[in-house]
Amino acid sequence: MTRKQKRLGLIGGAAIFLGLALTLVLTALNQQIVFFVDPSAIAAEPLEPGQKVRLGGLVVDGSVERGESEVVRFAVTDGAASVPVRYQGILPDLFREGQGVVAEGEMASDGVFVASTVLAKHDEQYMPREVADSLKEKGMWQEGGQDGGAYRTPAKNTAADEPTASAPLTQ
Amino acid sequence: MLIETGHFALVLALALSFFQAIMPLAGALRNDERVMATAAPTALSVFALIALSFGVLASAYYQSDFSVVNVFENSHSQQPALYRITGTWGNHEGSMLLWVAILALFTALVAAFGRSLPLRLKTLVLAVQGWISSAFLLFILLTSNPFARLSPAPMEGRDLNPILQDIGLAIHPPLLYLGYVGFSVAFSFAIAALIDGRMEAAWARWVRPWTLLAWTFLTAGIAMGSYWAYYELGWGGWWFWDPVENASFMPWLSGTALLHSAIVMEKRDALKIWTLLLAIITFSLSLLGTFLVRSGILTSVHSFASDPTRGLFILAILVFFIGGALLLFALRATSLKTGGLFAPISREGALVLNNLFLASATATVLVGTLYPLVVEAIGGQKISVGAPFFNLTFGPLMIPLLVAVPFGPLLAWKRGDWSAVAMRLVWAFGFSILAVAVSLILVDPTAVFAALGIGLAAWLVAGALTDLATKSGVGRVALPVAARRLVGLPRSMFGTALGHSGLGLTVLGIVAVSAFADERIVTMKPGDSLDIAGYRVTFDTIIPERGPNFVADRAQFDLATVEGKSLGNISSAKRIYTARQMPTTEAGIRTFAFSQVYLSLGDLSEGGGAVVRVWHKPLVTLIWLGALVMMIGGFVSLSDRRLRVGAPQAPKSRLRRPATEAVG
Repeated sequence: MTRKQKRLGLIGGAAIFLGLALTLVLTALNQQIVFFVDPSAIAAEPLEPGQKVRLGGLVVDGSVERGESEVVRFAVTDGAASVPVRYQGILPDLFREGQGVVAEGEMASDGVFVASTVLAKHDEQYMPREVADSLKEKGMWQEGGQDGGAYRTPAKNTAADEPTASAPLTQ
Repeated sequence: MLIETGHFALVLALALSFFQAIMPLAGALRNDERVMATAAPTALSVFALIALSFGVLASAYYQSDFSVVNVFENSHSQQPALYRITGTWGNHEGSMLLWVAILALFTALVAAFGRSLPLRLKTLVLAVQGWISSAFLLFILLTSNPFARLSPAPMEGRDLNPILQDIGLAIHPPLLYLGYVGFSVAFSFAIAALIDGRMEAAWARWVRPWTLLAWTFLTAGIAMGSYWAYYELGWGGWWFWDPVENASFMPWLSGTALLHSAIVMEKRDALKIWTLLLAIITFSLSLLGTFLVRSGILTSVHSFASDPTRGLFILAILVFFIGGALLLFALRATSLKTGGLFAPISREGALVLNNLFLASATATVLVGTLYPLVVEAIGGQKISVGAPFFNLTFGPLMIPLLVAVPFGPLLAWKRGDWSAVAMRLVWAFGFSILAVAVSLILVDPTAVFAALGIGLAAWLVAGALTDLATKSGVGRVALPVAARRLVGLPRSMFGTALGHSGLGLTVLGIVAVSAFADERIVTMKPGDSLDIAGYRVTFDTIIPERGPNFVADRAQFDLATVEGKSLGNISSAKRIYTARQMPTTEAGIRTFAFSQVYLSLGDLSEGGGAVVRVWHKPLVTLIWLGALVMMIGGFVSLSDRRLRVGAPQAPKSRLRRPATEAVG
């Protein structure tokens, strides 16, 4: 085989692989992406049954209800609308009323969002970016906190509002 | 005063890095040896200064000096000593300082041990390293200064994030950075070759051990991170296809490809341009990973508070280095001479196949990771790409690659004999069929795919052993002779076999835990018990506990077999870290052989009951033990004298022997 043929073979092989990979990727992207929605979006346009989405917002104060078994019910709001959520399992440690949360799942026929995963955060100051953006749109966000912003929450002081947060900073 | 010394050392390191980036380059372009000779001492000084600076920050952490903002925000005087030290890099500023410290370490190693390198090549490499360290030092000093002061100094710090108060923080980030940043050396060699316009024999001899070193650390770092997330988060998951995980996985995939193509280049002088491109891509993906993690631009289960404005700076660094490197590649790569013809069925051919698969897999992970960003930028819609996407794309690409792995090392260079190799692998194939049968008959007759996966894992391990057996002549010569030959095989062959069988073990763990894991979520009161996979878990009691900086409720469970044989205790705790009032869950894990019983405590209810989540995870530890075996393979390979960095070259006959031995 000449150098040129060899190179052509190599390029051809690479092209076939890339084609294969691309087909896989496009097929999977079509089927597997999950949209992020906020409660207002669901109120405006109900989800199709079986459509998996990520629902993000704040956990409504006083809405968390632990049932007989391991089922937990709570509501998620973005200030304009709220959606009831049902989840079976163990909630993340930092799941709290009045705080940001992302629930992945689908709408059940009874109008309750059934979550298969609930994500809170790892960090007092951290807020999932989608939730932060969504809250900003609804005017629920206060700029200017030293940690890059804080959200207005009707809840009483949580650990995020520690007194030390206002300590004077000099550089 | 000490803090200012650390700060000053960092500024000085930046000034010297600028010097290191510019002067040697000018010297190399003018062929002035005296100017080129400044590169190595400068690199060593930069390392000394950054190490001093890092040491100062670490001591501020150790002594709980809350007059430093960074220490105040991320430490607490009651933390155990270990976490007062590891907290140094448990935050943005400190972790970036660790990043450049490791970069400077690698640069210093090249400077110190590169005596046998051609001066010009060495100078250019050090200059490129200088560019990288200048960029990141500038980033730290302008946007993320760890030495900023606070006046008056608070009495107490705000505590390190409790999730990070774990031995994992001591091990995972340094290992991961040694891997990430270690690839910078291969990158700098690639850029140096492009500037120089030639790739000499020294190039591949040097790039391969550095790549192997970085790859070994990255393997360990990723595995450690996975295990840490597994036991610390209490979700029982070991991999989430999360952006932050993908960020470390992409350089690993392309680094694995680089590792293999560098062999072809070293042995056969072929695939030069491709190897060079891979070296650039691999470090570019490391930079991309740093950007994704540090900017917080993607929502991740591993996200901590981050500042998006810093992201722009890293993005600029990213564009500069990746864009610059690819531009240089486009302009100069064609001037490099190519060489080394080979038939499609040959060791080279197998390694090219490996590269095609790994590069495609890297590309799919990259697309899945960045797609949400692209969609949001174009249409404003927010989406996420989760595990199903990666399982659908990454899986199909990996399976044929794994099937092909045992063939590679058995094929001869230049022109191989496919059927002869297939004959040698008959035993391995038989073993893998046996594994499939065992899984189908003994474990679960309906789990066909899992059985095939287990067969694949067995195929990898048996194939790796076949390689060693074939090369030492088992079956063709008397056993003592074969044993002697086996001992005499080059270490890099053991490295290959360990690497590939480690991969097999990891695959076995992944398949077993994905297919056969059991999970129960139950509300339990003291005295209640539940059965899972032949184990009986009985809720004993809840005892309050006090730690140095937390209070906890520890739930004790008795563990026994369903037949009633006691296996001791398993306990899980809900901790509240007093400084932040932040709760965490400590999962209870018991290991039996390679399998684990994993217990995670949920909310405690009024009547002394609790929601309890219990998993049985068969063979789960093999996922990480396999990575450990791969890592050992990497180190064994590195100890091969042919790869020993800077070692005087062995006599030609010794060098040649292993390359031809595969035929015999």
